[in-house]
Amino acid sequence: MAAVEKSEPENNFALALREAFYAGLLSFGLFFLFVGLETTQNIRNELILVQRWGLLATLVALVMVVRFVFVAFILPAAERRKAHKAASNVVAEPNFVSRNFSKLAIAFLVIFPAIAITLSGLQGSLKWIDNFGIQILIYVMLAWGLNIVVGLAGLLDLGYVAFYAVGAYSYALLGHYFGLSFWILLPMAGILAAFWGVILGFPVLRLRGDYLAIVTLAFGEIIRLVLINWREVTNGAAGISGIPKISFFGLFTFNVSDPNYIAKVFDLPTSSVYYKIFLYYLILALCLLTAYVTIRLRRMPIGRAWEALREDEIACRSLGINTTTTKLTAFSIGAMFAGFAGSFFAARQGFVSPESFIFIESAIILAIVVLGGMGSLIGIAIAAAVMIGGTELLRELQFLKVVFGPDFTPELYRMLLFGLAMVVVMLWKPRGFVGSREPTAFLHERKTVSASFTKEGHG
Amino acid sequence: MQYFIQQLVNGLTLGAIYGLIAIGYTMVYGIVGMINFAHGDIFMVGAFVALIVFLILTSVFAGINVVLFLLIMMVVAMVMTSLYNWTIEKVAYRPLRGSFRLAPLITAIGMSIVLSNFVQVTQGPRNKPIPPLITEVYNVGGISISLKQLVIVVVTALLLAVFWYLVNKTALGRAQRACEQDRKMASLLGIDVDKTISITFIMGAALAAVAGTLYLMYYGVVSFSDGFVPGVKAFTAAVLGGIGSLPGAVIGGVLIGLIESLWSAYFSIDYKDVAAFSILAIVLIFLPSGILGRPEVEKV
Amino acid sequence: MNTSVSGMNEPILKVEHLSMKFGGLVAIGDLSFEARRGEITALIGPNGAGKTTVFNCITGFYKPTEGMITLTSKDGTQYLLERLPGHDINKRAKVARTFQNIRLFSGMTVLENLLVAQHNKLMKASGFTIMGLLGIGGYKAAANESIELAKFWLDKADLTSRADDPAGSLPYGDQRRLEIARAMCTMPELLCLDEPAAGLNPRESLALNTLLNDIKDTTGTSILLIEHDMSVVMQISDHVVVLEYGRKISDGDPSFVKSDPRVIAAYLGVEDEEVEDVLVQVGDEEVIEQLDGEPDPAHGPGASSSFMAGPISDTIGHSDPDGEVMRVSPGASKAAQVDALSKRAASAPAKASKPASKSAGSARSTKASKSTTGLSISNKLSTPRGGKPDDLLLIKGIGPINKRKLNEHGIYHFDQIAAWKHADIAAVEAYLEFDGRIAREDWIGQAKQLAAKSAKPAKRGSTK
Repeated sequence: MAAVEKSEPENNFALALREAFYAGLLSFGLFFLFVGLETTQNIRNELILVQRWGLLATLVALVMVVRFVFVAFILPAAERRKAHKAASNVVAEPNFVSRNFSKLAIAFLVIFPAIAITLSGLQGSLKWIDNFGIQILIYVMLAWGLNIVVGLAGLLDLGYVAFYAVGAYSYALLGHYFGLSFWILLPMAGILAAFWGVILGFPVLRLRGDYLAIVTLAFGEIIRLVLINWREVTNGAAGISGIPKISFFGLFTFNVSDPNYIAKVFDLPTSSVYYKIFLYYLILALCLLTAYVTIRLRRMPIGRAWEALREDEIACRSLGINTTTTKLTAFSIGAMFAGFAGSFFAARQGFVSPESFIFIESAIILAIVVLGGMGSLIGIAIAAAVMIGGTELLRELQFLKVVFGPDFTPELYRMLLFGLAMVVVMLWKPRGFVGSREPTAFLHERKTVSASFTKEGHG
Repeated sequence: MQYFIQQLVNGLTLGAIYGLIAIGYTMVYGIVGMINFAHGDIFMVGAFVALIVFLILTSVFAGINVVLFLLIMMVVAMVMTSLYNWTIEKVAYRPLRGSFRLAPLITAIGMSIVLSNFVQVTQGPRNKPIPPLITEVYNVGGISISLKQLVIVVVTALLLAVFWYLVNKTALGRAQRACEQDRKMASLLGIDVDKTISITFIMGAALAAVAGTLYLMYYGVVSFSDGFVPGVKAFTAAVLGGIGSLPGAVIGGVLIGLIESLWSAYFSIDYKDVAAFSILAIVLIFLPSGILGRPEVEKV
Repeated sequence: MNTSVSGMNEPILKVEHLSMKFGGLVAIGDLSFEARRGEITALIGPNGAGKTTVFNCITGFYKPTEGMITLTSKDGTQYLLERLPGHDINKRAKVARTFQNIRLFSGMTVLENLLVAQHNKLMKASGFTIMGLLGIGGYKAAANESIELAKFWLDKADLTSRADDPAGSLPYGDQRRLEIARAMCTMPELLCLDEPAAGLNPRESLALNTLLNDIKDTTGTSILLIEHDMSVVMQISDHVVVLEYGRKISDGDPSFVKSDPRVIAAYLGVEDEEVEDVLVQVGDEEVIEQLDGEPDPAHGPGASSSFMAGPISDTIGHSDPDGEVMRVSPGASKAAQVDALSKRAASAPAKASKPASKSAGSARSTKASKSTTGLSISNKLSTPRGGKPDDLLLIKGIGPINKRKLNEHGIYHFDQIAAWKHADIAAVEAYLEFDGRIAREDWIGQAKQLAAKSAKPAKRGSTK
C-alpha cells in the first residue's frame, strides 16, 4: 500500500509533465500566427507583420505551467475531495448564512449605498453605486425576467434583448412626444413589451427547441435593424437623447437647475450622487418586484404549468393543459419585465441607441440564467454579480499597469475573460451554480430537488 | 433583365460563401445536436490566417503568384482552423456531451466571444485591408462577372462534390450518418464515435476556412467582428434548408445570398438583413423543419 | 363474434371504422369496437398490432385517416375525439391516459405532479392567476382542496410516504402507479392505460390489479388498457378486444377470447405441417411459387395489410396517398390462417395428418396445383436408383419443397441435375416459376461437384 502511494505522486508528475508538454505544443500551434505575428499598418498605411516571438514564448510557457499545476495538484485534490464526500455519509448541516441567504443579501443590498458612501466618500461612492450596483441589478432583473421564459418554461429565447429595446424605446419616444412621467410610462412600457411578446410568440412558439432559438435570434436582430434604419421614428443609429431624469414622484427632482432640486430642498451639497442613489433603490425595488412575482407565480397553477411544460410537454397536453397559451403567458410575462428594465435603462442613461441592444446582450443574459442555475433566483443573482461585477472590477485593476506597462488597458480583456469565464463555469458546473430546485408545494417537508432530475425543456 | 441577372450572379457568389459556412453548422448539428455558435468566428479566424499567410508570402517572395498564394493561404487556413476547432471540441464541447442541451450552447457562445476577442486583442480592432488579388472582370452579354466570383462558385461547387462523395460513399460518411442516427449503437458496433465527431468538426472548420479565404479574396478586407453576421446568416441558411441536411445547407445559403442581393438591389440596402431574417421566420412558420428537413416525429 | 353478457351498460367509447395510415403504411385498418361504461376493456394483440396507435388516435396525438371516435359522457354529451384539439380531449371529454414510456414530471415532486394534473380547475379558481396573485378570491380554498384530492390518490396508489420526493427518484413500479394517480386527478370518465403492467414483477402486477379494480368500483371511471401481461388482462378485464396487424380478430369477454383459435394462432402460431396448405389457401405468393399452387382470393388478408406483416417479400407494392393499399406477404396473419384451416377442415374430408414428405408432397401438389403439367426433363427417373435418392438439399437453392417437387418429377440424383441441358433448365425454371435462379445459384455446377464427391459410379445411364 505504501509503495503504491509513493509511486503515485511520481506518476502524477510524469503525467503532468507530459500533459504540460502537449499543452505547450498545442498552444504553440494555436498561438503561433496570432500572437507571434501582428498585423499593423505602417506609415504608408500598408499592412505589415510585426514579430512578437517573445510574447509567444511567454504565453506558451504560461500555458504549460498552468496545465502542469492543474494536472499535478488541482485534479488530484478534486478527486480526493470527491472521494471523501462520497465516503462520509454526513450531510453538512446548512449553516446560518446559507439558510438565511436571501434575507441577508437583501439587507446588504439595502444598506449598500450607505456602506459605499462611508468607505469612499460621497463622490467616490458614485462609481460603486452606479457602475456596480445599478449595472449588476439591471442584469439581475433582465436575467430574472428571462428566467421565466428559459428557466421555468424551458423556451429557448435568444432574442430577449428585443423586448428590452421595446421597453427602452417606448419610454424614450412616449416620453418625448407626450411628456408623460416615468411612473406612467414604466407600466406602459411593460405592457407594450408584453404585447410584442404575444405578437412575436404566437407564430413561433410551436417550433421545437433549436428552431425556436434561431427564430427568436432572428427577431432580436430584426428589431435592432429596424431601430437603426427607421430613422424617421427612432432617429437611427444616433439614438434618442435628452430623456428627462425621473423625479421623485413630483416632490423633488434631480436636475440641478430645478427649483425643487433635492439639494436645495434638503440643504445638502450639490452632487450627482443623489440621482444615482435614487436610481439604485428604484432598480432594487423593481428587482424585488420581479422576484416576488416570480415566486408567487411559481406557486400558482400557471407557474407549475410552466415547469411541467419544461419537463414534458406531451404529458402536459394529456392532462388538459393548453400548451400554446401556457407558452404565450411565459413569453409575454418575461417580455414585460424586460420592458420594465428597458424603461429604467432609458431613464438612467438619458439616451437610447440601437448599439445597446445587440445580440451579445441576449447571449450574456442567457449565460447568466444558465450559469446561475435555471429557475433559481438566488443562483442567477450570484451569477450576475460574479460575471458583471467581475468584469467591471477589471477597470479597477489599475495596479496591473505596474506589471504589464502603462499601455496595458485591462478593459480590453473584459470580454475575453467574460467568454473564458462562461466556458470554465459551464465545464465546472454544467447545471449552474445552484444545481437544485425548490418545490412549490409539500405534504410533509420541503425537500430540494436535485438538478439531475429536472429537464431543461425543448421549447 | 441584365440587372436582374447581375444580381443573381452577385447573390449566387455570396450564397456560395454562406453555403460553405452553413455546411459546417449543419454537419455539427446533425452529429452532436448542438448549435456551434463559434463557427462563424472560426470562419473569421480562417480569413485572418489567410491574411497573415498572405503577408508572410508577400514579404518572402518578390512577386505575387495569385494561384499559388491562394492555394497556400487556403491550405494553411484549413490546417489552422481545423486545429482550432479540434481543440475547441475536445476542450469545451466533449465534456458536456450529455443530456443537458443548454450547457454546450453556452460554452459555444463563450467560445465565440473568446475567439473574436482573442483576435481583437492580438491583432487590433481595425480593419485589415490587402491589395486586390484578382481583378479580371468578364463581360458576358452586358453582365459583368468578375473572375473572383467565378472562382468562388467553382471552388464551392468542387468542394460540394467532394463532400457529397465523402458523406454518401465512404466509410467515414457512413460512420457519420450512423452517429447521427444512434450514437450509442454506433459505438457498440465498433465505430470510434469521438474520432468521427472530431473529424466532423474538422471538416466543418476546413470548409469555413475556405469560405474565409474566399471572403478575404472577394472583399479584400477583414476585421475581428466579421464572424458574427455571416455566421448568423449561415446558421439561418442551415436552418432554412433544414438543419442536418447537407444539400439543404447549400440551398439555404444560396437562397439567403439571393434574397440579400435582390433585396438590396430592388428595395433598399438597409433592410436586406431584415429581409433575410424575415424570410427565415416565415419559412419556419409554414415548414417547421426547414425546406429539406426531416420532420421529427416524437414517439408518444 | 360473441358479445359480452356482463350487463346492459351503454358504451362510453365508440370507435367506428378507424383507419390510420402513415404515408403508404397502414397501421390500423377499419377497426371498430366499443368500450362500455364502468367496465375495464383490454386491447391486446401481438407486437406491431397497432394498439398504441389506436390509443394515440383516441387521445388526440394522431389524427386518424378515417373513422369516428365518439365519447359519450355521463350527462349524455357526445364528443368526437378525432376532431378535438389535444388538450381538450382531457379537459372537456375527460379522457386521461398514461404512456408506454413513463412521462412523469421527473424534476417535480410527487405531490407537484398531482397538482399539475388539477391545473384547469385551479386556474379557474385563481381567476386565471390574477386574483390568486392578489390574494383575493377562493384560490386558497381550492388549493387546499386540490391537496386533499392529491392526498386521496397518493393513498390509493400507496405513495404517501414519498409525496415530497422528486418523481424521477421513484422506483419503476412506483412511477407507474404515480402516473395512474396523476391521470386520476384529472377526474376522467375514461382512463386509457398504455401497458400499465410493463416491467412489473408479479407482486406489483397484483397491486396494480387491485388499484385498477378499486378505481373501477369506487369512481365509476371506465378503463381502456393495452396490455401484454395476460394475468392482468384475464383477471380484471370485463371485455377484451384483440388486434393483429391493425385489424380486429376477436372481441368478447376474457373466457371467450382466451379460447378463440384465431387468438391462439395469432400469439402462438399455427402447426407447421399445415402451414403450407394454409399459406396457399391464404395467398402467400412465395409458397405458391414453390408449390405451383394458386391463391384463393376468397381467403386471407389480401385486402387488409399491415407493413409489419411477416416476411417482407417482393409482393410488397407501395401505396400512394390516393388510397391504394399496401400489399404484404398475405400469409402473415395467423388468424387468417386459422380461418382458412378451419374452412378447409370443414369442407374437405380428412387427409393423412402427418404425411411423409414425398408422398404428401405429390398428393398436395396434385390437389393444390391447378396446372400440373409434367416436367419435361430429359433424364427423369421413375424411382431413385437403388431406392436411395441423393440429398438434393445439399444444393444451395434447393429447399425441401423444391426437392419434393423434383423428386415427384423423377429427379433424385446430383448427376441428373448436373446433366441438365438448356432445355431442361428452361423447363424446370418454368415449372418451379423461377427466374434465372438455377443459373444464378449454379445448381448444375454444385450438382457436378457433389456428384463427383460422392464418387458413386453411375448406376445406370442417367444422362442421355
